[in-house]
Amino acid sequence: MSELLKVPTMAEFMAAGKQPEVLFWVGCAGSFDDRAKKITKAFVKLLNKANVDFAVLGTEESCTGDPAKRAGNEFLFQMQAVTNIEVMNAYEIKTIVTTCPHCFNTIKNEYPGLGGDYRVMHHTQFLKSLLADGRLSIEGGQYKGKRITFHDPCYLGRANNVYEAPRDLIKKLDAELVEMKSCKSRGLCCGAGGAQMFKDAEPGNKEVNIERTEQALETKPEIIAAGCPFCNTMMTDGVKNKEKEGQIAVMDVAELIANAKDL
Amino acid sequence: MEYIPQILFAIALIVGIGYFARNVKKLTRNINLGRDVDANDNKSQRWKNMTMIALGQSKMVKRPIAGILHVIVYVGFVIINIEVLEIIIDGLTGNHRIFAPAGTIYDVLIASFEVLAFLVLVAVIAFWIRRNVIKLKRFLSAEMKGWPKNDGNIILYFEVVLMGLFLTMNATDYQLQLNGATGYTEAGLFPVSQFLLPLFDGLSNSTLIIVERTAWWLHILGILIFLNYLYFSKHLHILLAFPNTYYGKLKPKGQFDNLEAVTKEVKMMMDPNVDPFAAPPEGAETAMPAKFGASDVQDLSWLNLMNAYSCTECGRCTSECPANQTGKKLSPRKIMMDTRDRLEEVGKNIDSNKGEFKDDGKQLIGDYISHEELWACTSCNACVEACPISIDPLDIIVQMRQYLVMEQSAAPMELNNMMTNIENNGAPWPYNQMDRLNWKNEA
Repeated sequence: MSELLKVPTMAEFMAAGKQPEVLFWVGCAGSFDDRAKKITKAFVKLLNKANVDFAVLGTEESCTGDPAKRAGNEFLFQMQAVTNIEVMNAYEIKTIVTTCPHCFNTIKNEYPGLGGDYRVMHHTQFLKSLLADGRLSIEGGQYKGKRITFHDPCYLGRANNVYEAPRDLIKKLDAELVEMKSCKSRGLCCGAGGAQMFKDAEPGNKEVNIERTEQALETKPEIIAAGCPFCNTMMTDGVKNKEKEGQIAVMDVAELIANAKDL
Repeated sequence: MEYIPQILFAIALIVGIGYFARNVKKLTRNINLGRDVDANDNKSQRWKNMTMIALGQSKMVKRPIAGILHVIVYVGFVIINIEVLEIIIDGLTGNHRIFAPAGTIYDVLIASFEVLAFLVLVAVIAFWIRRNVIKLKRFLSAEMKGWPKNDGNIILYFEVVLMGLFLTMNATDYQLQLNGATGYTEAGLFPVSQFLLPLFDGLSNSTLIIVERTAWWLHILGILIFLNYLYFSKHLHILLAFPNTYYGKLKPKGQFDNLEAVTKEVKMMMDPNVDPFAAPPEGAETAMPAKFGASDVQDLSWLNLMNAYSCTECGRCTSECPANQTGKKLSPRKIMMDTRDRLEEVGKNIDSNKGEFKDDGKQLIGDYISHEELWACTSCNACVEACPISIDPLDIIVQMRQYLVMEQSAAPMELNNMMTNIENNGAPWPYNQMDRLNWKNEA
């Protein structure tokens, strides 16, 4: 657990005259949010374990502009996008992996029109490819037989039709994957998307994350798995609100795999 | 004298279709008030989508009960229209059941129309019960009060009456055939209307002919009236579902358009070689849009406007919306209905002002759709996914947010803070960009 993480930057790769196989786009939540940083580290441990030649942009990374765009600030979004694209094109980035579905969606779908063409993968897709290539193995470990329900992030699922990669990984843990009544293309939002993460909700009779947490609790899970740092926060808050944090953990798929391997 | 029915029929047909054509022209004019966007790429995928989603009803059956009932009414509507073709030819030529020589094929056709008519009746009654007795939640939302509720029921009554007339027409025709009345040669199989025969027991041939003719006339007149009702109703979806699914979004749902006008500005700002004080080149003024985002229907794209006319207010979008489910004001269905209602208002304004829109001091934002509704959206795409005919309420919401933010600086305060943070330090929170990699060394 205490072994030092190897996190090379693009600048270091360039100085050494080398090119990594993939850029890990950490994202703002993954860089600054205490809960999300744990996901970042778990994913890096897996990358290290699989000997993936990756790099991060580090201090050269900046917000993709997703929350600005969803809030309606197209100027700010495009300023961010063009700046990021300039940096990545200068480094001749080809492939990007990210632990955030919002960054994933924005870079994959909205950057090409502004001059940024990359192959973009969500970390669950990337981990699945490592598995397929025999570079990473998954053991059930402490999660063997556990009831796990997966909450689909809107920007991974409906927005980009990625439903199976995270589920395939969970199944590899020998865990019992249980589905909520609304899942996959009909999965209910956690309430954070569209820049809602950064503001109070409009008046209503319930918070969206509470509604979604209740749906998750109906499956009587031991773990609620997520694939997005924002969903993770919303579901964690929901579980706390229901005073279930003692029994039910909210974990990213990458964390589950890293923990199962005792990394 | 003997041509009078044919002349009357031709007049009814011309008036009915003519008035409808006039309204279709108006409808097209209104849709074209929208911004021009190109949606003609990837034609093969578009045809496939239309075939699967509109013709094949693939999204309707995601909710099995409503879906199957709808498929019955839809198939009934399409197939029974073959009968309308015969009615029109008969009406214009003064024949009776002109397709009858087709023999067995005709028997099978008439029999299947009858079975479908019966099934449509059953389905329509089930729909009515769902709306008025079971009171499904999605039919009771605030936006469904008044006209939308009546509209839904009127359509159902129309269908009951039309099917009833069709079966009455067949039953009396069958009785006349059995009686050997002149002009009523034996043709067709009547598996459903034969059970109506006791109703006409003991009536003379002349009375039966009056009933048969009346039912025949009311049936075709009813169809013409119903055709013309479409324009004033949510029921337009029976036509617009086809272009709407053809022009539906092909890109991933998460991909929002990048505003071209903004791209130009941003590129200019980022280009060190641009002289900020240079006079704009000739014609540059017109290249810039009058405003960013949308505050009224004319700012939306023609696709958004066609979406609005296509909406049949089923409410699947609203019932899947996380904001709506948790009691917020936002209802994606209301967004579509408001857009249509405002567009109709603008259209009428143009009609009464000699083809020019005269400012009426109103707009879609504020007068129809509140800021509160717009800011409640999580952009989760559940509404887009739920729509059985590829309507995209989210696209309208985002364009209106763009107007609020870029033209009015009217975002909620917390969002302004978030955006200021991104501008200043490249993250939605007030952390220093230079600290982005600190996590690496934290325990």
